[in-house]
Amino acid sequence: MSEKKKLAQRDYYGKALATLAAKDSNVIVLDADLAGSTKTSEFKKVAPERFVEVGIAEQNMIGVASGLAASGKTAFASTFAVFASGRCWEQIRLSVAYPKLNVKIVATHCGISVGEDGASHQALEDLAIMRALPNMTVIAPADAYETYAATMAIANYNGPVYMRLGRSEFPTIMPEDVKFEIGKATVMREGCDVTIIGVGQMVANCLDASEELVKEGIEAEVINMSTIKPLDIGTIYDSVSKTGCCVTAEEHSIIGGLGSAVAEFLSQELPSPLTRVGTYDVFGESGSPNALFEKYGLTAADIVNAVHRSIDKKTEMKQ
Amino acid sequence: MECSISDIENKANILRLDVIRMTTEAGSGHPGGSLSAADMMAVLYFRVLNHDPSNPLWEDRDRFVLSKGHVAPVLYAALAESGYFPTEELITLRKLGSRLQGHPVRGKVPGVEMSTGSLGQGLSMACGIALTGKIDKKDYHVYCLLGDGELQEGQNWEAAMFAHHYNLSNLIAFVDRNRLQTTGNTENAMSLDPLPEKWKAFGWNVIIIDGHNVRQIIEACEKAKGSKKHPTVIIMNTVKGKGVSFMENNADFHGKTCKPVEYEMAIKELKEVIQ
Repeated sequence: MSEKKKLAQRDYYGKALATLAAKDSNVIVLDADLAGSTKTSEFKKVAPERFVEVGIAEQNMIGVASGLAASGKTAFASTFAVFASGRCWEQIRLSVAYPKLNVKIVATHCGISVGEDGASHQALEDLAIMRALPNMTVIAPADAYETYAATMAIANYNGPVYMRLGRSEFPTIMPEDVKFEIGKATVMREGCDVTIIGVGQMVANCLDASEELVKEGIEAEVINMSTIKPLDIGTIYDSVSKTGCCVTAEEHSIIGGLGSAVAEFLSQELPSPLTRVGTYDVFGESGSPNALFEKYGLTAADIVNAVHRSIDKKTEMKQ
Repeated sequence: MECSISDIENKANILRLDVIRMTTEAGSGHPGGSLSAADMMAVLYFRVLNHDPSNPLWEDRDRFVLSKGHVAPVLYAALAESGYFPTEELITLRKLGSRLQGHPVRGKVPGVEMSTGSLGQGLSMACGIALTGKIDKKDYHVYCLLGDGELQEGQNWEAAMFAHHYNLSNLIAFVDRNRLQTTGNTENAMSLDPLPEKWKAFGWNVIIIDGHNVRQIIEACEKAKGSKKHPTVIIMNTVKGKGVSFMENNADFHGKTCKPVEYEMAIKELKEVIQ
């Protein structure tokens, strides 16, 4: 996939916000002293009167966002994923999710690809804790283009959303004019031997893995599950019914995220061999994103190994 | 027609009677802090708030956020007595299927602006509503009732900084300074004094009053509404359990309701002062 253009999701979030600033005078953007990093600064450039700097105070940011939403605004609140999901989780629970207010929590710098800042800044549990909240929609686009489309889509949706974005540039895999529909997965590649479901930056690695697998005669179906909640169970059911086994891949703990969501569904409705690629109940550490992906088992090669495991299980079960 | 001071004093005692009935019927809830806030709630709902109970979502209404959500009984009583919903519904408090949840829920009960109950969050919400008022150049005011023990939550002070920074002069907070929290005296649990100085240091106008003096509450609200730049906090020195002799200054009634014999005594005392 190396010939694909590499772009940062947060840059396209900023671009989308700038577009929204001109398009929708009801949109207010809040940030907690990280506008230059989350790229909400792009909104501030266009609509400074609707940009709200809250300082380093994430709990208050969520409360203020809920008050803005309760009085008719569409509030986007951004900071790094660790803080956006964890520091103010109970504020999100009470003041956003419970009353179903129109607040979009858009978190950048997710996962281990934050790199050198180390474990304190690497959110590997945010999908889990956000997914557990009733009324919350949870989204993690696969690339910069899908981030732009998803930002526009959530602005048009009336209700709480958590959207997770990465910091670094990584390959684009969706068409530049991709459309985004909340709750709808995209089948990136069809195949009949195994279903690989990825989320966020990992979808690119899933596609790389599928190319390696072709060399072994294995045809993988690759799904971009850019909405983790509500989960597109129809697409999973159709695919795994056909392939008979599954692999999930996420830049997140295997506890509570995409892998768990798929496991919960398959174990109840379509018991099938499943192997989860993600971090295995550990904190990250400082290092380059590539080195960390290798150390924590998140590369295309790790996905290939997981596919072998799921296919072996499927074969065992048939015997 | 504007309610007179004696009418409001009477209404406050009616709210107290409602609170005792509701919490005793429910067998749980927080009567003590409901009673200490009853005078202020009567002033707001029967005199100060620019609101229309027949049109709870009126865009230009004043807003009230009950940050200390555990005193939901006094909020429900004030809403029902002002006509948002029938007073007969009050005794469904905390029962399965009732709109009157143990803590207030936005969207369930007409007049309840925000969901609260986890302490320390209401002032931030009120800031957001006040900010909308400023951005949209609306004339409404946003009122927020805070418990004193609640101020031990750090988020309040994030919100206090925010309100000053954004010149939210349309925001008026009340602190129900009854000096008691679940485990006893606030100053033993985690001291709040010097409380007025804390708010002043955060850039707020500070007004200190007797929270059971209706005239003082009205005057404080009028003064606060006149602020052109700063948010205002009205620190109300109050008595927890005010209006029922054996509940006054008794921390046990923070989260405990009346036994049958206590109920009879409380009702008798309140009925004596209600006209």
